[in-house]
Amino acid sequence: MKTLLANPVLIKEVKLRFRSMKSFTGILFYLMAMSIFVFGFIFLTTSLSGSGFFRPDESFLLFSMMTYIQLGLILFITPGLTAGTISTEREKQTLNILLTTAQTSFQIIFGKMTSSIAFLLLMIVSGLPIYSLVFLYGGVDPLQIVVIFLFYFLTLLAIGSIGVMYSTLIRKTIVSMIVTYGTMIFLAVVTAFFLLLSVQISTLGTTAPSFSPFSYFWASINPAIVMLTLLQPGFAQEIQTMTVIELPLWVGYLVFYSLLTAGAIWLSVKRLRVNMNKYK
Amino acid sequence: MIEIVGLTKKYGSFYALQDLNLTIEEGTVFGFVGANGAGKSTTFSILATLLQPTAGDAFINGMSVTKNAHEVRKQIGYMPDFFGVYDQLKANEYLDFYGASYGIAPKEREVLIPKLLELVNLSHKRYDYVDLLSRGMKQRLCLARALIHDPKILILDEPASGLDPRARVEMRDILKELKSMGKTILISSHILPELAEMCDSIGVIDSGQLIAQGSVHEIQAHLQSEKVLKVKLAGPTQEAMAFFENDPLVSKLIEKPEKQSIEFLYRGTEEDQIRLLRQAMEQSLQILSFAEEETDLEDVFMAITKGVEVK
Repeated sequence: MKTLLANPVLIKEVKLRFRSMKSFTGILFYLMAMSIFVFGFIFLTTSLSGSGFFRPDESFLLFSMMTYIQLGLILFITPGLTAGTISTEREKQTLNILLTTAQTSFQIIFGKMTSSIAFLLLMIVSGLPIYSLVFLYGGVDPLQIVVIFLFYFLTLLAIGSIGVMYSTLIRKTIVSMIVTYGTMIFLAVVTAFFLLLSVQISTLGTTAPSFSPFSYFWASINPAIVMLTLLQPGFAQEIQTMTVIELPLWVGYLVFYSLLTAGAIWLSVKRLRVNMNKYK
Repeated sequence: MIEIVGLTKKYGSFYALQDLNLTIEEGTVFGFVGANGAGKSTTFSILATLLQPTAGDAFINGMSVTKNAHEVRKQIGYMPDFFGVYDQLKANEYLDFYGASYGIAPKEREVLIPKLLELVNLSHKRYDYVDLLSRGMKQRLCLARALIHDPKILILDEPASGLDPRARVEMRDILKELKSMGKTILISSHILPELAEMCDSIGVIDSGQLIAQGSVHEIQAHLQSEKVLKVKLAGPTQEAMAFFENDPLVSKLIEKPEKQSIEFLYRGTEEDQIRLLRQAMEQSLQILSFAEEETDLEDVFMAITKGVEVK
């Protein structure tokens, strides 16, 4: 682990990232936006209800909204941070030199990906004090926050590795960025549409729930739906009833995104030295 | 030692390299000469483990660049013809990053970096951001970077390209120092006289094929199967013209009466030249000078790449 974290690319990238004001202002604006949202929500709820207090169910609603905002942030920012990691080096003509050092392809990919993800993790962690405000009003299980953060981490890792993979495979950063955002939209939006479609097809001509692996699959790879099952166990139950599959959605999510992450990293490592592939 | 065996690189039907064979002995400086697109950078990229050959192989200190690429990388210092730098790093941080990339311990790097910066005359720029350095300074920094892990072999692809004359001289001096340190250097350049000055031998590549190889002297000698001889006379040229015309090894005589000189092509050896001069003196020709016209490496390069085959 120590060797992994002593990765020269990781150290260099972190140094470069925090040498510019861009990173600090990014975090500042994110925290400002979160604060305005949270305090605005509390103010509106207490003043509109006229009660002057904040009920636990309202606190949970706030928690849920913040959770989705953070998920949106991960889905929106991760491609931007990772889809240019390798292609930018290629465009700046620094990649060739890097490839002739004693670092392995895995070390380079790991360093690049970790530095990008670490920044986003920092952003999320820096929002924890605001996030934890909900504990003041109750209604949220601390374990739920831990689960949500693990969910974030897996999502971050998966989208990050997809971004790095495209950045390795595609020469131009702009194209890599578009393809990564396209993939992200597919996973977050198109899968929900496919879920609706497969649910409709599976319930055609029948009123009783029927075994529907496709519905389960589309639901289990959609981050927003899986997050909803983590926030509302009742919704998880509904999905189980609808698909007649007992396995919790998060298990499918964990398996799918773990495999996706491993596959994307493997492909990136294999294709980093693309010109070293024979007859290319 | 660098050994290139039957190296071939094909892009579709185009041969960037065709059956290249070359051996560069340890501690020597080998200059690689060729026009743009001749195959120099392709060769260097294969040696630097950046490119896989279509056929053949190359060996760095006995290790195959295709089969032991990771080990080869530790043995070589590579400087590409075009390269970028990390703008937001300072010169010492730039070297520190690459030092770490070669697994050099932090304490060792602390000692090494000032020495390298001194070697490339950049000690005063140690804490400057890389993007503020001039082109020549960046080139020198990149050379220092290639030396960070003390490689025995340096592969330098046009290290002096785009530099002003002063920067070129500085670069040349550094390379001379590296040569004196016993490094094996493979260098390509368009500045041919510079290569002549510091290379032990040169290879001329054209259309992916090595068309000439040897010491600068050998290549010049091979090329000059017909040398240009200039004879300056103290008196009229007619008598001398008549004399040289009769020699079977002389051709294309040109009389320059206004300069009291004549020029001609001569096919003979050095011994033949001595004989010719002696006979001319015996004829009482009033010869002030009798000299072979200097041919520099530039002429050799131009002649060779125009299709004059040198074996």
